[in-house]
Amino acid sequence: MKELISLFTSAIVFGSVILFGATGEILTEKSGNLNLGVPGIMYLGGIAGLVSAFFYEASAAHPVPFVAVLISLLCAFAAAALGGLIFSFLTISLRANQNVTGLTLTIFGSGVANFFGGSLNKLAGGVGQISVSVASSGYRAVTPLSKMGPVGELLFSYGFLAYLAVIVAIAVQLFLNRSRAGLNLRAVGENPGTADAAGIDVTKNKYLATCIGAGISGLGGLYYVMDYTKGTWANDGTIEGLGWLAVALVIFATWRSVNAIWGAYLFGLLFWVYLYIPGLARSTIELFKMLPYLVTIAVLIIVSLRNRKENQPPASLGLAYFREER
Amino acid sequence: METVAAVQMKNVTKRFGTVIANNQVNLELDRGEILSLLGENGSGKTTLMNMLAGIYYPDGGEIFVNGKEVSIRSPKDAYELGIGMIHQHFKLVDVFTAAENIVLGLKEAGRLDRKVIAARVREISSRYGFDIDPNQKVYDMTVSQKQTVEIVKVLYRGADILILDEPTAVLTPQETDKLFAVMRNMRDDGKALVIITHKLHEVMDVSDRVAVLRKGEYIGDVETRDTNPQKLTDMMVGHSVTLNIARPKMEKLTERIEVQHLTVKDPEGVNRLTDVSFTAYGGEILGVAGISGSGQKQLLEAIAGLQTPEAGSHILYKDSDGREHELIGRNPLDISRMGVALSFVPEDRLGMGLVGNMDLTDNMLLRSYLNGRGAFADRKAPKKLAEQVVKELEVVTPGVTTPVRKLSGGNVQKVLVGREIAMNPSVLMSAYAVRGLDINTSYTIYNLMTEQKMRGVAVIYVGEDLDVLLELCDRILVLCGGQVSGLVDGRTATKDGIGLMMTQLHGKEGKQ
Repeated sequence: MKELISLFTSAIVFGSVILFGATGEILTEKSGNLNLGVPGIMYLGGIAGLVSAFFYEASAAHPVPFVAVLISLLCAFAAAALGGLIFSFLTISLRANQNVTGLTLTIFGSGVANFFGGSLNKLAGGVGQISVSVASSGYRAVTPLSKMGPVGELLFSYGFLAYLAVIVAIAVQLFLNRSRAGLNLRAVGENPGTADAAGIDVTKNKYLATCIGAGISGLGGLYYVMDYTKGTWANDGTIEGLGWLAVALVIFATWRSVNAIWGAYLFGLLFWVYLYIPGLARSTIELFKMLPYLVTIAVLIIVSLRNRKENQPPASLGLAYFREER
Repeated sequence: METVAAVQMKNVTKRFGTVIANNQVNLELDRGEILSLLGENGSGKTTLMNMLAGIYYPDGGEIFVNGKEVSIRSPKDAYELGIGMIHQHFKLVDVFTAAENIVLGLKEAGRLDRKVIAARVREISSRYGFDIDPNQKVYDMTVSQKQTVEIVKVLYRGADILILDEPTAVLTPQETDKLFAVMRNMRDDGKALVIITHKLHEVMDVSDRVAVLRKGEYIGDVETRDTNPQKLTDMMVGHSVTLNIARPKMEKLTERIEVQHLTVKDPEGVNRLTDVSFTAYGGEILGVAGISGSGQKQLLEAIAGLQTPEAGSHILYKDSDGREHELIGRNPLDISRMGVALSFVPEDRLGMGLVGNMDLTDNMLLRSYLNGRGAFADRKAPKKLAEQVVKELEVVTPGVTTPVRKLSGGNVQKVLVGREIAMNPSVLMSAYAVRGLDINTSYTIYNLMTEQKMRGVAVIYVGEDLDVLLELCDRILVLCGGQVSGLVDGRTATKDGIGLMMTQLHGKEGKQ
């Protein structure tokens, strides 16, 4: 029982990281922009949160957790959105190839983050490991409800970002399907020519969706740094792996952020399940870690076979738009 | 009270580069009438209406709406003036419902309440007799239903001037009747309607007045009840113009391609060609006339092996020894090796004939890449060929290493035809070879065709300018709605006669 609960809680923690990444990417892709820079953007969000919290804690005599959280949250969102802005400018204004730009952004983001992360570790001196304990404690603060036995542990033992991830996912779903602005945004991703003819500003919609989407994705990196690794940094490339899982999750969720919620937790379960299967060798552990990707491939096959239009990616995903001139 | 015309266009001119699409056109449209805008392909009908819809902006002239001079710079401006255009290619989002498409982009107050929108859509539908389910997804709809959504979308935005661009091209006769009934309802409601068409029977059937355009010029307008199809054809095609294209008659003709009962369906299962039979001879130019989309593309592609004809179709190729080969079922490479060359597909010049980003030599190599030995392609021969084509056809290019996309249309055309001719074809097919070319380059192309004919090649020339077809071709095959409506001698045929065949099938009105 105890083991099962700890499996579920670690699945939810894991899932929350990629849920942010996937929700942001869903918003972006609904505008027709395929941003493969998600891993890089999550890196940017993570390092910006860490750096800002580090300098706040270093400069303030008595750092307050709430302020540390607020500063790092805003910085993470802004840095990630800036990554989205780079992508937007290159692909929307300059019409660069989206795949190439996205992959470049991934390399750029991880390079920047690991450079500054490594430098911070050096700056921190001592054991060579920085720790933003005040900010991290703010992120990991839980309510007394978490003490209520197994149920409390299962439902209430997480930092606030885990709940925010679910709220954002639901909000994105509602925005896309229930609001006029969401309808217009989806039209841009499906058929920009039609949207343009209907008087919708295609460029503005793509920019906003991509930057805000990137900001949301970046919070995944922040959650990883502040909660998952408790305010420390390691140049081990884990965020990149999580970023690609987030991209896979977008496909798994068939571009619906509500599906991404349970999809994220399922990915988390599949990822950690090896810990609870006795007698695994090191090599077989890696096989189990492949499960989320295998499930994504299975979903792709099933979705392609069923061929329902609603489950397909936005029709103009990955394509630059320019008005037809004669 | 003096009635003010809904729309008045005065001396409107539109140019695309050096081509004049509309020259000093005057047009008037009143409320409570259906005006047919009649003309051949490329006569500037759609361009003229696009200027009302805000797609293009006129280079000269004035437009008045309800008596006031206006400047329409975008589709949004047009909507605000109450002008709505239903384009040939629908602008709809497939995964949205009818209602969602209808309200797309509207800045209405309040939240997106699908029930309220559906109710309003139903209200408009019942007023004019549309048949529409607001909650149906567009991808589940027939073409006719999609068109209905487009019309309702325009009405929902409060348009009272409606322009329909060839609305019947994609409809069955029954659907057409339904559309016309709705159009009459809208007219009786006081709306002004324009229907762009080149089908005479529809003009006679639905419109109150007809305005005719020819080659961008406004010819005139007549009350429908005062005219008949013959008079309209005369207005539409005009008198023959003499072009002085050389047309030597060859004594010896050899059978090359025999097409028998060719039927081709498109992916939607609609017949694009129905039971087409004809023979093409070496030593003659066989012209193919028809309104665009009458099956010309499918015909050429079927011969080149790019289409899958229905069972019962035969395309026989007769080689120089008199042996017959069935072309259906062979792959395009085999067919081109037998000497059947498909050249010039200018709507898609760069798409199917040449690769834009590759230079002249590499484009020549596309035909000969299998000739080299081993894994390496032979680059010397194609380079020589490229240089030869540039020299002989006077291609204007900085050199043979220039990417083809940087060349002008005429030069691209020359490169393509030069390469195809260098293959020593026995059948040379071309579609709209001179579209967008200036007059001198056009003559160069005509002469190349004629040269090939004199060498005994069977030339199949799909064209759109009847004057050219009448002077260049030995025989002309007329297509109407994917069927052969006539096969006439190019030396004796008249422009009127071909014009009528293009719109009517064997004396009857064609479906297309």
